[in-house]
Amino acid sequence: MAETPDTPLISARGIAKQFAAIEVLRDVDLDLRRGEIHALLGENGAGKSTFAKILAGVHRPTRGSIALNGQPVDISSPIAAQKLGITLIHQEPISFPDLSVAENLVLGRTDGAPLGRVPWTAMTRDARRLMDLLGVRIDVTKPMRGLSIADQQMVEIARALASDSRLIIMDEPTAPLTPKEVETLFTIARRLRDEGRTIIFISHRLEEVRALCDRVTIFRDGNKIATEDITSLTDADIIRLMIGRPLREYMHKQGATIGEVALKVDRLTKPGLFSDISLEVRKGEIVGLGGLVGAGRTDVARAIFGVAPASSGTVTVNGKAVVISEPSQAIDLGLAFVPEDRAVAGIFRTLSVEENITAAVPKKIAPGGIIRRVVEKTMAQDSVKRLRIRLASLRQPIGELSGGNQQKAILARWLLTDPDVLILDEPTRGIDIGVKAEFYEMIGELAASGRAILLISSELPELLALCDRVLVMSEGRLTADIPRADASQESIMSAAVPRSAGQAVAA
Amino acid sequence: MNALRSVFLRREAGIAVMIVLFVIAVGIAKPQFLTANEFRIILLLIPLILIGAMGEMLVLVARHVDLSIGSSQALAAIITGMMFKFMPGVPWPVGFVVAIGIGAAIGFANGALITLFRLPAIIVTLGTLNLYRGLTFIVSNAKQIDRQYIPSDLKAMSTGPVPWIIVIALGVALLTYWFANHTRVGRQVFALGSNPVAAPLRGIRVNAVTLMVFSISGALAGLTGILYASRWGFVNPSNTGSGFEFQVIAAVVIGGVSINGGVGSVLGVVLGVLLLGCVSAALPLLGIPGTAQSAIYGAVIIIALLIDRSVRQRGIAALAASRARA
Repeated sequence: MAETPDTPLISARGIAKQFAAIEVLRDVDLDLRRGEIHALLGENGAGKSTFAKILAGVHRPTRGSIALNGQPVDISSPIAAQKLGITLIHQEPISFPDLSVAENLVLGRTDGAPLGRVPWTAMTRDARRLMDLLGVRIDVTKPMRGLSIADQQMVEIARALASDSRLIIMDEPTAPLTPKEVETLFTIARRLRDEGRTIIFISHRLEEVRALCDRVTIFRDGNKIATEDITSLTDADIIRLMIGRPLREYMHKQGATIGEVALKVDRLTKPGLFSDISLEVRKGEIVGLGGLVGAGRTDVARAIFGVAPASSGTVTVNGKAVVISEPSQAIDLGLAFVPEDRAVAGIFRTLSVEENITAAVPKKIAPGGIIRRVVEKTMAQDSVKRLRIRLASLRQPIGELSGGNQQKAILARWLLTDPDVLILDEPTRGIDIGVKAEFYEMIGELAASGRAILLISSELPELLALCDRVLVMSEGRLTADIPRADASQESIMSAAVPRSAGQAVAA
Repeated sequence: MNALRSVFLRREAGIAVMIVLFVIAVGIAKPQFLTANEFRIILLLIPLILIGAMGEMLVLVARHVDLSIGSSQALAAIITGMMFKFMPGVPWPVGFVVAIGIGAAIGFANGALITLFRLPAIIVTLGTLNLYRGLTFIVSNAKQIDRQYIPSDLKAMSTGPVPWIIVIALGVALLTYWFANHTRVGRQVFALGSNPVAAPLRGIRVNAVTLMVFSISGALAGLTGILYASRWGFVNPSNTGSGFEFQVIAAVVIGGVSINGGVGSVLGVVLGVLLLGCVSAALPLLGIPGTAQSAIYGAVIIIALLIDRSVRQRGIAALAASRARA
């Protein structure tokens, strides 16, 4: 072979990309070494995903050239990328849910005549071999639908291996995974690296980047800012490079005075999901609810809010015992719930930002059933200003906003109801570090104004930074109530890990 | 055992059970329903629907719909009939080439409108449903092709101990089965319907596949056009193919093809067609007037869907339970 071991696997020069008139990537030069895990970091819209998609043939660069093993290549389509040994693994794997795992693995391979017979038996055998190679137990004859996202990602990785990919691009693979699944993914990623493959890893989570990656490239506003060994940068360095200014640490406002009990839940039980949950949130207090994904935290919130009421137990709001059997009653009582999965439970994608913001207060905007356009507009405008929502127009569909701004719009919706109790479920998942900081400030201000806040979060630093108390759930039960002074990553995690598995973690 | 497949097996078994129960119930009320002659009537009722259903199944699996097949059948039938009438020298088997060719062209036109202008199939084919029917009237000058013009060899295909039209229908079903399950392109149709966003990223040529399924659907509708002439011995510009799309879509949906794409099996559709055929044959025997047929059809579809839904939900619950145990 002509190339020396030092020839980079991928050598990108002057890559630029315009969408319509907007330049989203400017003259990016980047070399990827063989056998490295390379992180791409940056806020949403910084260009990291666009760059990755150019390598994967999803987008074509407006300018610039890419060399593979020193040879210039034209990556004209995802299939061309695949043939060159480049595979993109999407966060929510793009697959065909009705087809079997084995079928998903071979779709897109172009050998054989279009009407030629598909060798199912051999295909199934190959698929099994790949799963064994990865050390995962997935029945390849089962349909993709119903596989966990982690398993779907494994299938995507298997697909990369099936085509013997040299470069595997993982775009925010860990966001939907549980900690254990993340560990499995990392183990496999390291093994692939040790085999000499190159992995691009895109993530918002610095601790993951630190745990996994060898080098990191930081993007900001379409420019490549730096490429460094991960060990040579501190977290503060990385954040400064990402947002272009140092991030002030959010400090918990001690100012808020904690008042009466606003929300009290006593022995709430829903068989199979959670049992015997008792908790209190006082006015001005931020109570965190930590635990692993699947511990039942969201189910408790949904039960309190009347989405899926509990089968036994009582709820008291502002000292009055109440029965909430549907969300409209909860809203009338002064409760608000910002759900976790905004795409499914939060936004009305095709409706305008304005309509989304005012959706929870139909009576205010439409007394007597007729919508007052002026009132609607004023309310929406105020919210946009107050929460610093970035948008082109109030009338634009909310789906066009960035994730962070969608989340702000949902929060705005619930603030319009002027709630006494605000339940936030993973409010900052998948949003930029800069917007996150704004969110933290807002949550602090809301508490300071006397609202009771129940914050469900899987991010330990978030719980530690914001909360007066942290409750922890594990397998449907409350396992800890940790005051601010005693709260630490360790104390939360040790209460979050199920008893049965706790031993293994402790060891 | 593949869990989802077992759900489908259960679903197919479900339709089979419905057929058996229906036949027994009608048989008790009217014993003559269980005679060989009645069986023949049923078998002669279904070939056209079965052939149309194979094309429609592929279209639905690709997450589209073809409402124009009844009019396509009529247009193919009328042009073929006019050829028989005005060009009696042409050997009659050429009629098959003409009918299938016209159908394929019509289907291709549907697909082209859908892919070229990114229009929804339901709107395009609703438009062409009327367009093709209108063309049928125009080319025929609204005149029926009478019995004496249909070649007797063609008419003979619908008679005899094992009529040819039944053999042809079964052949089409077998070919469709092979295409859907054993070819790369066949799998791509399912993949496209299962996730249209992912399909191009996996190198599936979405437009080509879409054009293909509509062309197949049209070609099969064309085939039913000439078989209509064989079965009934005439072609009428307003009756031929009228309501055909409705019967076909009913059979396909009863047969378990998802209108959300990605799901469907030839066996299920065959059973769906059979169930519909039994119902059609039983109605006159039970003294139900022809005017009530549409209402009965509609009720059968809704009942079948309700049964399907409960079966499927139980299947999914079982699937979840087996996962939880694992």
